[in-house]
Amino acid sequence: MSNPTLVMYDEEFQEVNEVIERLLKEANAKVIFLVDKNGQLISGVGETERFDTTSLASLTAGNIAATGGLAKLIGEKEFSILFHEGEKDNLHISIVGGRVILVVLFDNRSSLGLVRLRVKKSSEELSAIFEKLMNKSEEREKRGSADFPFAEITDDDIDNLFS
Amino acid sequence: MSFINYASREINCKIVYYGPGLCGKTTNLQFIYQRTAPDAKGKMISLATETERTLFFDFLPLSLGEIRGFKTRFHLYTVPGQVFYDASRKLILKGVDGVVFVADSQEERIDANIESLENLRINLKEQGYDLDKLPYIVQYNKRDLPGAMSVDELHDELNPTNVPEFEACATTGEGVFETLKAVAKLILIDLKKGK
Repeated sequence: MSNPTLVMYDEEFQEVNEVIERLLKEANAKVIFLVDKNGQLISGVGETERFDTTSLASLTAGNIAATGGLAKLIGEKEFSILFHEGEKDNLHISIVGGRVILVVLFDNRSSLGLVRLRVKKSSEELSAIFEKLMNKSEEREKRGSADFPFAEITDDDIDNLFS
Repeated sequence: MSFINYASREINCKIVYYGPGLCGKTTNLQFIYQRTAPDAKGKMISLATETERTLFFDFLPLSLGEIRGFKTRFHLYTVPGQVFYDASRKLILKGVDGVVFVADSQEERIDANIESLENLRINLKEQGYDLDKLPYIVQYNKRDLPGAMSVDELHDELNPTNVPEFEACATTGEGVFETLKAVAKLILIDLKKGK
């Protein structure tokens, strides 16, 4: 398999949330999302209840994938930052540590310059956390998948989902 | 590539519906969307042209319920079937956990089916996947049409590896949920093995 399963544990989840909560305040943003490159929402802070987060995650990943395809066509590795300017709200989308996507939604109470500056700092912290997470998953995998929650499911468990 | 979140106790998997243009991929998703309880589904997104041909992808998030305290969510995607959208198709396959190949049963579409299936294999390979190792289901759609080939003939052409196969009529919904259940089950069995 080209990509191992992404596993998020409580400890790293809290660390990630601390970083993006801080970024939310420092960048004066409305909402911040972290999305896996495959379109799965990892976490979100701020006014998340106002948005369809699942759709947002999927479209963001599609957007990054499409611009990544464009980048390759012109000989770039990827475009690591995307910026979408709206009438009121703006989206700053960036790739963190090569595998997760950081989405910052902000309005005129903030500015692109401020968001870029704060995102840069937070990205480094987030990269480190995700690096740690990957190492942890790999280690656990080497030890065998005994702590994997699905190792013990039965055919009945699966059938029950569809009953 | 599934995503397991211990913090929110969720497991997310990605299913891609693949197949030639106009074979009924989007119709499959539309039927699932119509027949699913509102609390079990999210919004269906279709990035389509003005003539309702899929331009980039359709997306439908479903939550199936809990297994051992973990919420299981499936993200259903379709690819654009038309040959010239190949660059977009490759992108959708990233991180896929299971594939449904929707074949058009009409005799005049057999070459398009074969071409699309070869394209699926090639595009998966580019992403580092092997179709023979992925959870994979074949659906023979449009069984209701007068020009439909027999299932035996379709099987010989499109399912040489004998993966589970279903007859369907996506417009009336026949076979649609059977296909979805089968691929979801294969994915969960795969997860159980811990890959």
